[in-house]
Amino acid sequence: MTTTSLESRRDSAGVGTSGADAISLRGVRKSFGSVEAVRGIDLTVRPGEIVAFLGPNGAGKTSTIDMVLGLSAPTAGEVSVFGMQPYQAIRRGLVSAVMQTGGLLKDLTVRETATYTASLFAQSRPVDEALARAGITDIGDRLVGKCSGGEQQRLRFAMALLSDPELVILDEPTTGMDVESRRSFWASIREDAQRGRTVLFATHYLEEADSYADRIVLVRKGMVVGDGTPAQIKAMASGRTLRATLPGATEATLRGIPGAEGIEVRGDTVLIHSRDTDAVARHLLTTTDARDLEITARGLEDAFVALTGDDETEDVTR
Amino acid sequence: MTATTSTMGSREERHVPPMGGFSPTLLRIELRRLLRNRRAVIFTVVMPVVFFLIFGVGQKYSNESAGHGNVAAHVMISMAVYGAMIATTSGGAMVSIERSLGWSRQLRLTPLSPVAYVATKMVTAMTMGLASVVATYCVGAFSHAHMDAHLWLVTGLIAWVGSLVFAAFGLFMGYLLPSDNVMQILGPVLALLAFGGGLFIPLDQMGSTFRHIAEFTPMYGVNQLVHAPLTGTSFDVLWLVNLLVWLAIFVAGAAWRFRKDTARV
Repeated sequence: MTTTSLESRRDSAGVGTSGADAISLRGVRKSFGSVEAVRGIDLTVRPGEIVAFLGPNGAGKTSTIDMVLGLSAPTAGEVSVFGMQPYQAIRRGLVSAVMQTGGLLKDLTVRETATYTASLFAQSRPVDEALARAGITDIGDRLVGKCSGGEQQRLRFAMALLSDPELVILDEPTTGMDVESRRSFWASIREDAQRGRTVLFATHYLEEADSYADRIVLVRKGMVVGDGTPAQIKAMASGRTLRATLPGATEATLRGIPGAEGIEVRGDTVLIHSRDTDAVARHLLTTTDARDLEITARGLEDAFVALTGDDETEDVTR
Repeated sequence: MTATTSTMGSREERHVPPMGGFSPTLLRIELRRLLRNRRAVIFTVVMPVVFFLIFGVGQKYSNESAGHGNVAAHVMISMAVYGAMIATTSGGAMVSIERSLGWSRQLRLTPLSPVAYVATKMVTAMTMGLASVVATYCVGAFSHAHMDAHLWLVTGLIAWVGSLVFAAFGLFMGYLLPSDNVMQILGPVLALLAFGGGLFIPLDQMGSTFRHIAEFTPMYGVNQLVHAPLTGTSFDVLWLVNLLVWLAIFVAGAAWRFRKDTARV
């Protein structure tokens, strides 16, 4: 520990090249005891991208982010940040994060917290600049404990800017904020990202992902179930649901139906989600005993919930 | 370079900070933070002074000889040790609060090495310990405490350096106890240890069983070492052994918990 921590020059081993991906996950898995929070994620984020990590609570978003930040080690697979081990990127100030809660001392002022954080990096941006970009210049002398949730979140964002990182990771950054602070918080981030910073943020709001990301990675139960532009993801999440009575049906037999995406079996009733429900209906009516067919369109949020929602129970992650 | 190149130079020019991020700025902010904590200031600076004024001054024994000085000086030394012990313990135990607030986790997203973090906590704790000793000695000097001139420096130094044992104790407890009001648990423990070490009531006024047990408690070594120059009692190597063994135990305990805490699981 001491020999490396006292070293002021950069490590020669394992330092990435300029062409490296901002984030690279290869077959990453993470288990907590018998619970598998992350079940094999492959993901590449290129420099300059603004990526939303979208999924319901318990999808493994935070577990994945912890591994990218080097706070935890993967059970299997490889994680690299700018071609380095996460901790190496952290020590160079290449990556910073805005966590959901905690991580602040109540008895320091806003400015002291930022000064403290800035002093930890070999190179850092001026404290005033970071406070200004996060929009909290006027509350610099306020004790952190006296700040509202939104102000604390802006402070976390200012802290994340101090090392002038190339990658900022935000874990559900607007949880608990009202609509107005949410909007202005995202405006700050958006403005900052235009300078070319790579941004990865976790959220469980499709709307938030849609409005602020160039790319959405959809996660469900520790796996990536969709990856594309917001338009592509929305197309995936839209579509219709077909409901039919089909005694003896199982998920396995239904999976073979052309065009079937989401499948749910409730007793004799089957629910099939598809962008082409006509094809599914045709198949069911011609090759099975399905009856009582009903086809309904869904709202965007409903569709998203269906796509990522928990239909089984277990799953406790984070 | 690409458009992502930051204003601070390319990725290859990024450095890791020297000394794991340990810096005067950190110490300055940590100290200011401590001074802001009214309860900490009362317990570490005001309380030992008040205890000294109550038990050391104006009593009929105050001006009696205690070797190379008077009894008031003896009480002053005891209270300085007690204050330093509370100061350093609470300084070390601050890690408990910072863990529960998620601050330690936040720091892991910076280049600050865990060793530099602990070093900062220790220096802060020892600074508070010093403040405690200096405050008590200053009040002592302006009241009725008398001892040979060089003894002020010698005993003050022993009191301060000896409190390192409790800085390590506080750190160990800070990592061990999950509570964010760890000092409410440790306060009574420290009072017990102070009695056990003979800080409040001289051990020779106690029963022999109690005295034997007391010799194995963590306060005993420091207390004997710090008063010996004043009383003129000849040095016993067992005092030093007591101090060093307890120091080793607390450092080992803290290191064990610290490793567990900072492991990437």
